[in-house]
Amino acid sequence: MSTPVQDVRMSPASAVGLVASREITTRVMSKAYRVTTVVMLLLIVVGIVVIKLISGGADADSTVGYTPATAGFSAPLQAGGKAVDETIDVTQVADEAAGRAKLADGSIDALLTGDGKTVHVQVKKDLDGKLANVLQLLSRQVALDQQITALGGDPARFQAAVAAATFVEDPPLEEPYDYNGQQLVLGIVAGILIYLSLMINGQSVAQGVVEEKTSRVVELLLSTIKPWQLMAGKVLGIGVVGLIQMVVIGAGGVIAGLATGVLTISVSAAVGTVVWLIVWYLLGFFMYSIVFAALGALVSRQEDVGGAVMPALMFVIAGYVVGISVLPSDPGNTFAEVLSVIPVFAPTLMPMRLAMGGVPVWEAVLSVGLVVLMIPVLIWFAARIYRNAVMRSGAKVKLRDALRAA
Amino acid sequence: MTGLEIDKVSKRYGDVVALREMTFEVRPGELFGFVGSNGAGKTTTMRIALGVLSADGGEVRYDGEPVTHETRRHIGYMPEERGLYPKMKVAEQLTYLARLHGMSTAAARSSADKWTERLGVAARRDDEVQKLSLGNQQRVQLAAALVHEPRILVLDEPFSGLDPVAVDVMSQVLKEKAAEGVPVVFSSHQLDLVERLCDRVGIVRSGQMVEVGTVGELRSGGAVRLRVDVPEAGDGWAGGLAGVTVLGRKGTVTELELGEGADDQAVLKAALATGPVREFAREQPSLADLFRSVVTTEEVPA
Repeated sequence: MSTPVQDVRMSPASAVGLVASREITTRVMSKAYRVTTVVMLLLIVVGIVVIKLISGGADADSTVGYTPATAGFSAPLQAGGKAVDETIDVTQVADEAAGRAKLADGSIDALLTGDGKTVHVQVKKDLDGKLANVLQLLSRQVALDQQITALGGDPARFQAAVAAATFVEDPPLEEPYDYNGQQLVLGIVAGILIYLSLMINGQSVAQGVVEEKTSRVVELLLSTIKPWQLMAGKVLGIGVVGLIQMVVIGAGGVIAGLATGVLTISVSAAVGTVVWLIVWYLLGFFMYSIVFAALGALVSRQEDVGGAVMPALMFVIAGYVVGISVLPSDPGNTFAEVLSVIPVFAPTLMPMRLAMGGVPVWEAVLSVGLVVLMIPVLIWFAARIYRNAVMRSGAKVKLRDALRAA
Repeated sequence: MTGLEIDKVSKRYGDVVALREMTFEVRPGELFGFVGSNGAGKTTTMRIALGVLSADGGEVRYDGEPVTHETRRHIGYMPEERGLYPKMKVAEQLTYLARLHGMSTAAARSSADKWTERLGVAARRDDEVQKLSLGNQQRVQLAAALVHEPRILVLDEPFSGLDPVAVDVMSQVLKEKAAEGVPVVFSSHQLDLVERLCDRVGIVRSGQMVEVGTVGELRSGGAVRLRVDVPEAGDGWAGGLAGVTVLGRKGTVTELELGEGADDQAVLKAALATGPVREFAREQPSLADLFRSVVTTEEVPA
């Protein structure tokens, strides 16, 4: 024989690697993938910028003008505003007439009038409720100061003593977690991201399997590599593709958030959220997509993919719906807490809870552990179904038949 | 050195017996034609040889050793159900398939170039497979079977859907491969092609090999026919001859089949007795005749 006799030795790893790298190159090169990644990244960044613009950042909530006579009120007014989370800008006007002119053209919201002994205010139309509260506080304080002075005391010393007085709280019996508003938002975003990418990438696994079945290329592939290698390569390849997308979007979002100042939580908390997001994406992806691959192998037409993967998809959707509807208003919900440890719901619920914070370490570890334990079991089942069903074209293969056939 | 051996391979699907102790051998350097009616078990046999299906019993051997996953990487396979990734470019696809068979990237690339060139699809290398005509897809499919320089070729209906030029190219390639010492087995319904191309032929019926041999052997094994042109003979001139069956008469030509112990010289004498004999020819059945007689013989009960 003229053909050189050399045995072809290819390790399972390199077979899986070859399949995976084909998935990665064909997908990353595809226009659809690049477009979705860029669009999702843009949506996140634009969303952050919009939040930034709406919340107004440095803009004051109201601007109050004062005359030389009422100048003494300006500092206590600002301090009082701060106490109730109201940013108040103050500006001096020459006299009451000039102030009224400014009121009329809208450059100030309120004008402090009068002789500076009691608080008088004038507005163009309606007095803002919050500002009214602050003014109420101010007038009480003014009255108090006057009384203290009349009694021969020093208002400044009195204020200092009052400010310094504080109660000491002994540690509570059960520490409640103080949920931070931004972390809640982060949790919701994490939930949406993980849900979307499980849906998109999980379904692409099933579609990829069916594509090979429909185009019949699977017979050619299986004449050289084993079914599990083909399945593993596909899952791994698409997983990497999805991971790239997740990292780009997650990192882009956090960087944009920190850069614009919308995210004021610490960098380590933000990075922690992204890391957990990636961990849970990987766990969730592998857990679901091997099931999707097996279910996809049961059908022969792209139209049937949706129906075939629906049973598994229900868990993803259920977890997401519970998370997105319960957690934002009640982050400590016991029902969601229990579900988030159960492997089939964990990939959607746990990352949301982790991003919101307040998850006990044991719960985080337990849920990861359970999913990690569940993956080999699923691989065994999926490989069996896949092997038995992938060569059978035509009608949908019954799950029971695929499991039984040796 | 023995080539590819299919030894008593059996397969059943539920109650349906697909293969019943299918046995044959393809020697190195031999072109083996695998014929049989639809559903006779050709595709099942090939799928089992490739390990795509598992057999219920029997063994497939190459070079005396049972075929393993490693040996299968040396097989060039063209499945009956043609299949390539529709959205992948021709050259990329061939390179990928060659690499799956264990070739290095560089070797895979140059081999893909070589075979697209050889099979006349070089100009389409950077096109997606789905953009090619059916005939060209077929050529790419053959390239996919050849791109890893296989030591065994198993081709299921390689000629179906090819234009005459492509048939010639394909025949030429198969002959070359056989000349390199590769055992080549292919199935086909184009019996004239099989007759012309193959060193040996196997006829399969209901999952069993019923006839194996060179085309010559098979034909000589069939009943001998005679064509006798006797213009002045009446009907039934050959009726009384021992072991002779009259197949029919067209104009002045009578066709006869000689059974066991029949004497063609007695036929000639009888013919001469009727008057002049213009033609007296011994005919061997064509492969198509042979095939028909084999597959129409009563089925072996399952």
